[in-house]
Amino acid sequence: MEDVMKSFKNNSMKWRYFKQSLFFGAVRLSTLIIALALGGILFYIIVNGIGAISWDFITKPPTDSMTKGGIMPAILGTIYLTIGAIAIGLPLGIASAIYLTEYAKQGRGIRLIKVGINCLAGVPSVVFGLFGLGFFVIFMKFGSSILSGSLTLGFLILPTIIGAAEEALKAVPQTFREASLSLGVSKWQTIYRIVLPNALPGILTGSILGIGRAAGETAPIMFTAAAYFTAKLPGSIFDEVMALPYHIYVLATAGTNIETTRPIQFGTVLVLVAVVLSIDLIAIIIRGYMRKNKRW
Amino acid sequence: MDSNNIIKLNKVNFYYGQSRALTDITMNFRKNKVSALIGPSGCGKSTLLRLLNRMNDLIDGTRVEGEILFEDKNIYAKNVDPVEIRRKVGMVFQKPNPFPKTIYNNISYGPKLTSMSTDDLDALVEQSLKQAVLWDEVKDILNKSAMNLSGGQQQRLCIARALAMKPDILLMDEPTSALDPISTAKIEELIEELKKNYTIIIVTHNMQQAARISDETAFFYLGNLVEYNKTEKIFTNPDVKQTEDYITGRFG
Repeated sequence: MEDVMKSFKNNSMKWRYFKQSLFFGAVRLSTLIIALALGGILFYIIVNGIGAISWDFITKPPTDSMTKGGIMPAILGTIYLTIGAIAIGLPLGIASAIYLTEYAKQGRGIRLIKVGINCLAGVPSVVFGLFGLGFFVIFMKFGSSILSGSLTLGFLILPTIIGAAEEALKAVPQTFREASLSLGVSKWQTIYRIVLPNALPGILTGSILGIGRAAGETAPIMFTAAAYFTAKLPGSIFDEVMALPYHIYVLATAGTNIETTRPIQFGTVLVLVAVVLSIDLIAIIIRGYMRKNKRW
Repeated sequence: MDSNNIIKLNKVNFYYGQSRALTDITMNFRKNKVSALIGPSGCGKSTLLRLLNRMNDLIDGTRVEGEILFEDKNIYAKNVDPVEIRRKVGMVFQKPNPFPKTIYNNISYGPKLTSMSTDDLDALVEQSLKQAVLWDEVKDILNKSAMNLSGGQQQRLCIARALAMKPDILLMDEPTSALDPISTAKIEELIEELKKNYTIIIVTHNMQQAARISDETAFFYLGNLVEYNKTEKIFTNPDVKQTEDYITGRFG
């Protein structure tokens, strides 16, 4: 009898170990597939694009109906638009998140607003583009310009930033707020001095996603900021600019010679990836600096 | 006698939403004494403590009835700013909760932001840390993060932080429940010392602690004040049977 129990126990243990390794195998495989896909895309872009990259490519404007020359105006345009989008989206997003988590009385109204913000995150970007065209370009008379494009992109990334900021604010221990308030420090000072500094690294992490999206979107800037071609660099925020995503779109679908500009297209894609990664890197460095003395 | 009562509660009821957490509490706290609040979990003693510096305001859906007078002024009157009350009524929490800042900045944080006289911040920091008997241990590492201190040191830092605001009253919510016996002994000694200058109201689960350090003890049960008397009397010859049962460990 004892032997039977023992072997039963052994068998059930073996079965459990088997199930465990099966499950581990499955999750490991999923990770591998994703890593391979990502690596594959990057590899493909680099292999096809590296040939087009040269000093002239990143410092000169396009020539010969955009079949030769560089993409400097588009690089600059994308950097302007991304910085503009951050300048609008980050303060507005953080302020909204502070209101939603720290001040607003939690109830049905606030829950509705939060659902609305989440829905906004899922709205196709072309809708934001049309909104930007109707509101900023035409109604506010900003024209197709860096300002209109930055505002549109800023609104596009707003839900991402609000979401990230809300999570980061909630992650600050309640005991910090209590400790500060119990000293007779006002609520705003508590938020400004204690809550916000401790939440900022988390807010930046989430915002990196938004930054990548702002730099890479085509549809929202198509109607609001991007020029098909302009060798002239923008003189003010009311000027049109070229932008990398739109330039790629133009070269790949509507250019004068789609086939011969393939290398330029890949080169432009590679530059876009590099620009997004460098902006992310800056955010990561700032975050690291902030984290250094804000640990609990 | 009456002028010695720094806080007076008059028929105080307190509600979390629909449920009543405190029922008709009427009691006075005496100046420069240590008063202990004891009772089983959920009896309302912490709730009462947090009423005294309006920390319960932070919880949505709470309601206070009755009067709580601090130096004969109702702290729940419409024109009273809770921020003002909290400057005079400091608090130490159950778990040490220093800010993720340097030791120095933990202490100077409150005085700096509440525009107290900040001309000699260094002296204030030193004085507060000395009062909390922490100065000798940290005087060479004032610019190091407070998070590196031990639990007991952190709790004394929190006491020093509260003292830097020069409050009249110090509320302590189970200040030693997260600490080892040696740290606990240090904090108890400290309380003995502090009562010369401050009124201390302490919530504790530790009956021996209440007996050791307090002058007066209040026993709460299910949101009611069962008995409030001199600590000696409560622990040797309580008037109410329920108190005796709790103290001798028959329930709770």
